[in-house]
Amino acid sequence: MTKFPNPHDFKSIPGTEGWERMYPYQYRFVTDDPERKEYEEKTLWFNDALHYPEPLCPFDTIWDEAWYLALSQYNNRIFMVPPVRGVDHRIINGYVYISPVPVTDPKEIEARVPHFMERAGYYFKNWDALEEKWKQKMKNTIEEVAALRIPVLADMEDLSVVTDGVGESKGFHLLKAYDDLINLGLKCWQYHFEFLNLGYAAYVFFLDFVQKKFPSMPVQRVTQMISGIDVIMYQPDEELKKLARKAIELGIDPVVTFSKEWKEVEAALKKLPKGQQWLAELDSKRDPWFYVSTGTGWYHQDRCWNDAMNVPLSGITTYIQKIKQGANIDRPIAQVRAERDRITAEYRALMESDADRKTFDELLGTAKTVFPYVENHLFYVEHWFHSIFWNKVREVAAILQQHGIINEVEDVWYLRRDEIKQALWDVVTAWATGVKPRGSKTWPAEITWRKGVMQKFREWSAPPALGVAPEVIQEPFTIVLWGVTNKSLADWSSVQNSKDPGAITDLKGFAGSPGLVEGKARVCRTVDEVSELQEGEILVAPTTSPSWAPAFAKIKACVTDVGGVMSHAAIVCREYGMPAVVGTGHATKIIKSGMMLRVDGSTGAVTIAR
Amino acid sequence: MNLLANSELPELCWFQDIDKSALALVGGKVSSLGELIHAGVRVPPGFALTTAGFQRFLREGGIERALFAPGADLDPEDIRALEERSLALRTMIESTPFSSELEDRIAEFYRKLSVICCLPATPVAVRSSATSEDLPGASFAGQQDTYLWIRGVDSLLSHIRRCMGSLFTARAIAYRARMGFAREQIAISVGVQKMANSYTAGVMFTLDPANGDRSVIAIDSNFGFGESVVSGEVTPDHFLVNKISLDVIERTISRKEICYTVDPHAQKSLAQDVPFERQTVQSILDEEVVELARMGKQIERQYGRPMDIEWAVDKDLPAGGNIFILQARPETVWSTKKAAVVEAPASALDHILQAMLTGRRVS
Repeated sequence: MTKFPNPHDFKSIPGTEGWERMYPYQYRFVTDDPERKEYEEKTLWFNDALHYPEPLCPFDTIWDEAWYLALSQYNNRIFMVPPVRGVDHRIINGYVYISPVPVTDPKEIEARVPHFMERAGYYFKNWDALEEKWKQKMKNTIEEVAALRIPVLADMEDLSVVTDGVGESKGFHLLKAYDDLINLGLKCWQYHFEFLNLGYAAYVFFLDFVQKKFPSMPVQRVTQMISGIDVIMYQPDEELKKLARKAIELGIDPVVTFSKEWKEVEAALKKLPKGQQWLAELDSKRDPWFYVSTGTGWYHQDRCWNDAMNVPLSGITTYIQKIKQGANIDRPIAQVRAERDRITAEYRALMESDADRKTFDELLGTAKTVFPYVENHLFYVEHWFHSIFWNKVREVAAILQQHGIINEVEDVWYLRRDEIKQALWDVVTAWATGVKPRGSKTWPAEITWRKGVMQKFREWSAPPALGVAPEVIQEPFTIVLWGVTNKSLADWSSVQNSKDPGAITDLKGFAGSPGLVEGKARVCRTVDEVSELQEGEILVAPTTSPSWAPAFAKIKACVTDVGGVMSHAAIVCREYGMPAVVGTGHATKIIKSGMMLRVDGSTGAVTIAR
Repeated sequence: MNLLANSELPELCWFQDIDKSALALVGGKVSSLGELIHAGVRVPPGFALTTAGFQRFLREGGIERALFAPGADLDPEDIRALEERSLALRTMIESTPFSSELEDRIAEFYRKLSVICCLPATPVAVRSSATSEDLPGASFAGQQDTYLWIRGVDSLLSHIRRCMGSLFTARAIAYRARMGFAREQIAISVGVQKMANSYTAGVMFTLDPANGDRSVIAIDSNFGFGESVVSGEVTPDHFLVNKISLDVIERTISRKEICYTVDPHAQKSLAQDVPFERQTVQSILDEEVVELARMGKQIERQYGRPMDIEWAVDKDLPAGGNIFILQARPETVWSTKKAAVVEAPASALDHILQAMLTGRRVS
């Protein structure tokens, strides 16, 4: 049995006492309830660094709560996954720790089996039709949130309130709009998980089956069998390529590339008829493709292209330069597919029996069916919906700022979503009554304190796991997404415990895309830094997302802190045929720009030449 | 060319003229080299004295009757008598000269081989190649006789005779006495092959010997000749290559304290200390590992089963044409293991359920 630190042994960092109030109360590890205390001590809690490499801002807890509910309900109450319930959550110092909850009674597991077969079977059988329905539900939800108006509180209500006999005030509308906004977000996350549990299960157990037959087979090879399927996550990048070609075709490419500032480029283009034509073309793509986030979309600070036009401009510029150099910027999709088919046929031929081949075909078929959803839901939820959502919350924040509750719009993220609701009540009642809201005195001070706490959290080094590891893990997400094994936990902790990070020369991650190269590192913490990349450098990033796509046309390898073999960086590198080591834990902290690296994407090793 | 189709069986033939159908004529070891050449695998060049050549040697030397006639009176359990008899027969073979015509033919083949290799009196490996596939176990019938670094016609002729003599080890005589073999069945062929002057050599399995995984190729290597790896005298460098994508997925560089090189005076291989600073240097380039794996994959395809292969990188030849396969035989450990109970094909959902119920071990 592997033991990690006891979750109750952590004392608050000096100066952060009382930090717990920044998060929902059920997220605390507690000692005053003996039953809960014992459960917490005997369970494995692992740090969800994949989704939260940084401590969580109070407002951003919304999506954690959303998936706490959604993932768990689909496992445990809807599909009746026999051996697992949900995934439990806690927070220490702003870092999220999660734990799959097993069904322990064998009789109960048995009783759940027929329900699971019926329910999951229904989804697998009707996958395409249900997925079509899902897309419609998502589009409707996105339309709703885009159409949602956040009312501004006027000193005097419009006359129409009287003449139309509305009978409701903007104050009430504001409260309602905020509730609607939050509910749309939570609904979106209900849909997020509608297919995901089953999709991951199909995926992970296909991996498992193949790896049992071929124990030394790298996961990246299994995932290659499911490559070359069109998914919309690539679409934003494809649009940039089209715009690059269009600019060249219209002969305005020197104008598009003359500055890194979108505002300057746009102004210059507006003066030219061809430029206007190109801008019209671009505008027609902005909804939805430019809602792609420059990050993962999980956090409020991840801005989308529509809000950070310099990012797509930099991508278009890169592509224009590439085309001018005579390079082919198309995704090598035909090659990817030919290689996929070759690999699949060769492994299939190496199987021992026809029965194995039949099971393999079944599982591969299912994995291919679920794959587009597993990829596409990200664009719908985390990118398209979230990008609109964050800006709507900013509209609410603007009202709070106007009424003195917060000093800056961006301060709003330091409030829990239920605290915002309270503050809105404070604002609307004060507005209606004609007095000053109480919160204008209390919140700014609290927010200043919370900012300090968050800074201390960031400096704290979160242990990879707490509690006691079980012998087996059955929860599909835990396996596929976080890759939790003793080895991965040990690898993370060895780097974590190293006394001198400046002396570390070897980093271990997942073999994301095969190949071996040496070259100079370029650490880019955000997509804005991508423009600093030089041709032939090795990109070192916390994680990458579709906005980073143009960077891949320049680099010769990629190293990330978080992500598995299905992460964006791994998938794109496999397509470009360049090595990637993903999920190293700490690459951006240890590697500095300019260091010479040796990246072995076949074994998952990164060596720093010191 | 089908050698057996000729009305007169050849007494000598080049490796490249041999295929599977010639098994009875050249024995397993040599015919397998011919097969490799047909599969497009680079094998050091050479020729074989066939069983027809062997028969002719016996006939012309007048020792046929003496070798085979008495034997019925031998007690297969009397080890001492068997040993005496073995020694007598082997001495008889080793001291019987070839007819001058046969000797000339062997010398002619050897001269041509030296021309091909651009090395006068080229060093060769002389190996017996047994034809009696029905003999259980490969070792005792004398198939293992191998003489390395043989140079010059006289030395070659005497080592060919020694290989032929290996047909009459004590165990082989006892076995044949017990089983009552007809004397036509008792024959041997001898292969003569250019010595690979290896910079690096070793073995390769077209599966993972650790777990039987058929999607990988395992390669062990050390500097010098393959002997140090085959005999287990050193812990070799170890590589695992993905068979499908041909990329190196595991690389273990060991400390290699000795290696075998040729002693230029004694014309034989000898163990040498590897200089300290070289001991932990990777003994084969990654590119060569991949090239070898490609050859291994080809050989496996040709034979239709996992293979156990000996290989060498020749230092006399330029990169690109210097990797040779010395031997290939079917892998036996995993291949003879009873295939795991074949599970009935499962629907995806059944499989997912079963896998979920089993879970994944983490400790």
